[in-house]
Amino acid sequence: MSFISRGFRGKRRDTSSSSRVPPGQYVVSDFPVLSAGPTPRVALAEWTFVVEGEIDEPKKWTWEDFRKLPAEDVTKDIHCVTKWTKLDTAWKGVSVDTILEGVETAAEFVMAFSYGGYTTNLPLEDVSGGKAWIAYEFDGQPLHPEHGGPARLLVPHLYFWKSAKWVRGLRLINKDEPGFWESNGYNMYGDPWREQRYWGD
Amino acid sequence: MARTAVLGRLNWQLGAVAELVQETPRVASLVLDVPEWQGHLAGQHVDVRLTADDGYQTERSYSIASAPENPRLAITVERLDDGEVSPYLVGEVRKGDKIELRGPIGGYFVWRGGDDRPLLLVGGGSGVVPLMAMIRHRSASKSTTPTRLLYSSRSQDDIIYRAELDALCAVGDGLTVAHCLTRMQPPGWRGYARRIDRAMLEEVAWPKPQNPIIFVCGPTPMVESVAGHLVDMGFDATSIKTERFGPTGG
Amino acid sequence: MTVQQSDLKLDGNAIGGLLREIFTMEMTTAESTCAGCQKVHAVGQVEVYMNAPGVVVRCPACGQVQMRIVKGGGRYWLDLTGIRSLEFSA
Repeated sequence: MSFISRGFRGKRRDTSSSSRVPPGQYVVSDFPVLSAGPTPRVALAEWTFVVEGEIDEPKKWTWEDFRKLPAEDVTKDIHCVTKWTKLDTAWKGVSVDTILEGVETAAEFVMAFSYGGYTTNLPLEDVSGGKAWIAYEFDGQPLHPEHGGPARLLVPHLYFWKSAKWVRGLRLINKDEPGFWESNGYNMYGDPWREQRYWGD
Repeated sequence: MARTAVLGRLNWQLGAVAELVQETPRVASLVLDVPEWQGHLAGQHVDVRLTADDGYQTERSYSIASAPENPRLAITVERLDDGEVSPYLVGEVRKGDKIELRGPIGGYFVWRGGDDRPLLLVGGGSGVVPLMAMIRHRSASKSTTPTRLLYSSRSQDDIIYRAELDALCAVGDGLTVAHCLTRMQPPGWRGYARRIDRAMLEEVAWPKPQNPIIFVCGPTPMVESVAGHLVDMGFDATSIKTERFGPTGG
Repeated sequence: MTVQQSDLKLDGNAIGGLLREIFTMEMTTAESTCAGCQKVHAVGQVEVYMNAPGVVVRCPACGQVQMRIVKGGGRYWLDLTGIRSLEFSA
């Protein structure tokens, strides 16, 4: 172990282990903002969400259409690959199962893509079966742009880089392909419970 | 003596806090003895690494405030109330404590002196720190390079190195400082009392034919605004060096 | 969609130490030609976003990603495909 800085504690973090905290993580009480580029500002009048790719007919919603879909309140723990975990985060969003309703496809994977160019890949079964949402409220307030608003993908059982901010669509793909971080070191799947942070983990 | 060829991996070194200097209510300088220090150029920075006893580590970069001629290394840190590192460095650290650092880092935002181009330095808040290293180097090397510092602070109490800057200007060897106080001004204040804008830069900057070297440092929005004005005023982009300190200026 | 300046944007000076680790020499004075718009900037001037699972470097002229750097698990991953050419002194 390297040199220890006398009296340094760092930000408030709880390192006590608990069955809710995946290996290598610590619990924080704030909500860190991570960003790979400028925060996109999307006017709701321009916002759309699409499902496209290996599908007979692409689906598209405007913000008005999207907000008419049935939504749920969900409270989940979230885990960032940069080691922070935040417990009991409260979101409101449309289940991806609702988005995919009626979609017939042989594709087994999706690429989520966002305003600003971000992408992340996931197995289709990891965004269905009640495991994923398109979230537009956090803590009872409209989702702030710095946290991915107007809407972000929410997939709490995987590392949070998979919960694409500023999401604007899902592309159904036959073969798994690496997204923005997966193509440069990060794990294709990203299960925090098996600590799948990087390639080869 | 600073080296010009910088090769090889930088190692983490330990510096011992020899002195703590409170510069303003929220800003302090840590003056360090770093036994293996190889020297630096004005404008460079160090990366500081802090390690908690559970192994948690975090790093921050701090501009070197001291002149290369000074055998001790100084960094100047602004304490941000909700910061993670700055309340430790300004508040907890004591004389005799050791700080882990590596450096010097940077070759782009440096001023060596020794040429005949006048210097324009534009700093916002703690962005003045690397510019002060340049001013201190100028003084220690007995340079008479015509130098103008335009320095923006929130209030007079927030001016870092205020007494030292006054004293260096009083020497009369070609250094002038124009302060702007953006939030509060003392009674009778005759300096600038607004954010740096194009009109202010037109008044302070060297005329273009004098071909100044320009360094701009501070919070990202301020740096981009100032650099934009300078380009619009006709200064060549390659003569303008910028360093962004993020939203709060360090 | 309008894209606004992010508060989290820094410049190449902020990754001077990291680049030094990787290239074993000072790199902020290196000049990079953007693979997208072909404009040339000193690495000290490029836009850097560090508050992320990795470092993302973008062209200050066109915003395209020039570099991605991930350090973790005892390895680095470096993507330079957004840079057409990187020029630095011998």
